[in-house]
Amino acid sequence: MTDKQLSALKNRVAVTAAWIIALVYFFPLFWMVLTSFKTEAQAIALPPLVFFEPTLDNYFLIQERSGYAAYAWNSVVVSVGGTALSMLIAIPSAYAMAFNPGRWTKDILMWMLSTKMLPAVGVLMPIYIISLRSGFYDTKILLVIIYALINLPIIMLILFNYFREIPKEILEASRMDGTSTYNEITQIVMPLAWGGIASTALLSIVLCWNEAFWSIVLTTTDAATLTALVASYSNPEGLFWAKVSAVSTLACAPIVVFGWLCQKQLVQGLTFGAVK
Amino acid sequence: MNRTLVRLLQAPSIIVLLLWMIVPLSMTIYFSTIRYNLLYPERTGFVGLGNYRFFWTDPGFFPALANTLVLVGSVLAVTVILGLAIAILIDRPFKGRGIVRVLLISPFFIMPTVNALIWKNMMFDPIRGITAVIARTFGATPVDWLANHPLLSVIIIVSWQWTPFAILIFMTSLQSQDQEQKEAATLDGAGFWSQFYNLTLPHLARPISIVLLIQMIFHLSIFAEIYVTTEGGPGFASTNLTYLIYDEVFRGSNIGAASAGGIFAVILANIVAIGLIRVVGKNLTV
Repeated sequence: MTDKQLSALKNRVAVTAAWIIALVYFFPLFWMVLTSFKTEAQAIALPPLVFFEPTLDNYFLIQERSGYAAYAWNSVVVSVGGTALSMLIAIPSAYAMAFNPGRWTKDILMWMLSTKMLPAVGVLMPIYIISLRSGFYDTKILLVIIYALINLPIIMLILFNYFREIPKEILEASRMDGTSTYNEITQIVMPLAWGGIASTALLSIVLCWNEAFWSIVLTTTDAATLTALVASYSNPEGLFWAKVSAVSTLACAPIVVFGWLCQKQLVQGLTFGAVK
Repeated sequence: MNRTLVRLLQAPSIIVLLLWMIVPLSMTIYFSTIRYNLLYPERTGFVGLGNYRFFWTDPGFFPALANTLVLVGSVLAVTVILGLAIAILIDRPFKGRGIVRVLLISPFFIMPTVNALIWKNMMFDPIRGITAVIARTFGATPVDWLANHPLLSVIIIVSWQWTPFAILIFMTSLQSQDQEQKEAATLDGAGFWSQFYNLTLPHLARPISIVLLIQMIFHLSIFAEIYVTTEGGPGFASTNLTYLIYDEVFRGSNIGAASAGGIFAVILANIVAIGLIRVVGKNLTV
């Protein structure tokens, strides 16, 4: 065997291994989606069924049994609301910092990131007590505020990096032409930053949607999100594999797609900008 | 833009984060020094370090601390080693690479409660779970994962979700590796392991340290995976610090002791955060 043949063989082995690992790795998710199309009896059949007549019953039943839509609506409201509030605060701040950096800009950003490293249990007790006393416990507005705050540092950092990438020369040229600050923002910066802002918002929605500490400890019924709904299935009487799978599939499908679209921002955001 | 406007625009983000950090944290410190139990509102007063002593002597404290460290350590080891191996394996052009990436990375985008429930029911169930079916096929006795190996189960569940994170980052970094250098090494007869040790590993040193530090921060506060699967049990076998504090608040109603625990968790996270801030700070250009 020549060297070339040997390296081709090695490559083929590696590719086959990659496929096998990927398929095994994905199997639990595949199995969840498959189970969601089974009847409850088929779902717990032994040996497990791979071929069966699929049914959509579970997807209709979960609305009837557990009121799926209400939880989904809560998830949408707190994710979009939390993201909107956070962006509203972050866009002007990040803009100001990126285009007019001062002596402390870097320190301020690092300090903001450090708040993200504060463990939730360090502030759980006061937040819980305050929300109980003020009547905000189990309300969507409480989750909106908390989600906005916990994601704000990451959003600030990513937006800051986006704004930094806009070439300063463009702005200087337009300033020479006498463009006002307002026009500078609306006509030059925003069109350039729009893509970055949109994908940052998408990342924030993904993080809010999957958040599973505050949503579990601060809600009971009224503001419970999909993460809390799924968590409630953990008790033994909720052991309906097919229905749980249908709920899970519906809860995850849209966000997996979103996650795919904002992979780059996700890496940058979760590594606090250390990997771009 | 004049200085006043710049300050004005920056103010909201700084003020809300300052409030978010200072107000609850100082309340936690305050709560940790007073008698505060939701079930006995008449018991009040300053207790000094009493709550800390109470939390420290809780039979769950040392198991929880040990579990936290084992959990974080094991997940780090699994995700970094597996992530490295897989990232290197798929760092070559081949047909369907995009699909392989989708399959490998998707688990990272699903919610932790769903992840935990899939494993609890459909994978780990000692009778109908896939692992039990596989064990019986090979004539082995199925393992009751959650009852007999609760901490290991949580480690597997968390690792499954977070290995994609490591893969994503290592994959990104490998793409920036000098290919000519690798080809030259191959021509010089350097084998896979020699190239791995001398070229790839040094190239990945920084991404690896980042993955380690970031995951440490996130995994110190693992909650949903334990809440959904083992509820910290049996006994304290899978209770970590976060879960112990949660338990103290929602079952024990002992806000004072939970606050002392919270402060302990903050100190633990700070030790990691200082290292992380240093690494991250180097990368931030202003």
